[in-house]
Amino acid sequence: MAELEVKGVSFSYDNENTVLKNIDLSLHDGELISLLGVSGGGKTTLFNIISGLLIPDEGHVYLNGEEITGCSGKVSYMLQKDMLLPYWTVEDNVLLPLIIKGIKKREARLTAGRYFAEFGIDGTQKMYPSELSGGMRQRAALLRTYLFSADIALLDEPFSALDTITKSEMHRWYLDVMDNIRLSTIFITHDVDEAILLSDRIYLLGGKPGTITNEIVIAEPKPRRKDFNLTDEFLQYKREIISKIK
Amino acid sequence: MNAKLRSTINKAAPPVAAIIALIIAWQVICIICQIPKYLLPSPYDVIMAFEKDWTLMMSHAKVTLEETFIGLFFGIITGFIMASAMDRFEIIRKMIYPLIVVSQTIPTVAIAPLLVIWLGYEMLPKIVLIVLVVFFPIAIGLLEGFSSVDRDTIRLMRSMGANRLQIFIYVKLPNSLHYFFSSFKISVSYAVVGAVVSEWIGGTEGLGCYMTRVRKSFSSDKMFAVIILIAAISLLLIWLTVVLQRICMPWEKVKEKE
Repeated sequence: MAELEVKGVSFSYDNENTVLKNIDLSLHDGELISLLGVSGGGKTTLFNIISGLLIPDEGHVYLNGEEITGCSGKVSYMLQKDMLLPYWTVEDNVLLPLIIKGIKKREARLTAGRYFAEFGIDGTQKMYPSELSGGMRQRAALLRTYLFSADIALLDEPFSALDTITKSEMHRWYLDVMDNIRLSTIFITHDVDEAILLSDRIYLLGGKPGTITNEIVIAEPKPRRKDFNLTDEFLQYKREIISKIK
Repeated sequence: MNAKLRSTINKAAPPVAAIIALIIAWQVICIICQIPKYLLPSPYDVIMAFEKDWTLMMSHAKVTLEETFIGLFFGIITGFIMASAMDRFEIIRKMIYPLIVVSQTIPTVAIAPLLVIWLGYEMLPKIVLIVLVVFFPIAIGLLEGFSSVDRDTIRLMRSMGANRLQIFIYVKLPNSLHYFFSSFKISVSYAVVGAVVSEWIGGTEGLGCYMTRVRKSFSSDKMFAVIILIAAISLLLIWLTVVLQRICMPWEKVKEKE
């Protein structure tokens, strides 16, 4: 059974400006899917609907068969910026979702403790976010996202603000971490290469109002080869996606 | 000499040198022009006034400080409650905000006699006057701090299932600390001035009362001494506020290092 299902979702602002029309998508256990499309195409609106921050005009969202339309706090959401709160230490930032759930700080610290090493940020617990590099901040934000929900994560262009080298390191690191933690993820990106490299499937979101125009399965098995983005298969996927976006 | 000490000396040296030069010029003018002491006492006369009345001034300062601290405490509480209410309820913001702005256009010297008539000559009218001058910058500063929280941060907190109280405690409150301390520094000096002004109007103790007495007896040297003492108290309290801010906001220290 799919872990997450979006069925027939449509949404408009003020009942006039229709942003999304009849969106269907599914996310299976441990899968990483990407939503690829132009800016202003309604991708973030769709995330807001899945995370329960917006209620769709039509359609439903199901998590493991249970309807969660309009319910926040069910899936974790990481925004474009890392959104680490500058006034809390890295540890406090990471523990925040557990504290919000009502878990005692000592217990939350025990739960989170082992993941700091796994996410490559061990030793930063007592630091403030301003002391971390861009890549480290993203790792901390991803750990916070993971601790909030170990089932489903929505990542809204999490690596877009990083420089090319850091971004490439983060991709490699992310694929390795995903192998271990098997977090089902929906990923928003504008970067075709990033989408092919990280995803099991890619949904193309296009048109006005936004609809799912295509679904592309990336057949390359995981863990991906280190030179996957230099192979002919990769370029074929890229050609296919670019032609369909056009 | 370490770099920090050198930097502090470099920063402090120019204003200290300017103050010393001013005091020397003042003393020289008083000697050369033979200005009467009741018109303009020399720095030496002021130091002598300090020496003569030090114990008396300290006992009055104690009362003024007591009023200042109590007034500040209740002023902060009032400002916090008002800012929180205005942040939480739009209708309260619309109702109260214009009123508190208007309330600040009324001069404190005009309200002080009324407060004495209504509340007597004891400490209460003085504290009420300090609360009236302190709550405004605190309320406005905090409200700005609460409102300036990044909308995406609120969105993230809501997606985590945080309720209003949790968003307030974990995001809005720490986010407003910077604004609070900026207002607090202003409030501290307002509070000291408020205490002195309220003591002018009525009462038997406090630096304001002492000031009124020495003014009536044309003891300008003591007048200068008490003015300097009030300024020194204000500066000391502002410095304490800066220390408190550093303790309460350790992340700012990290940013400075960066």
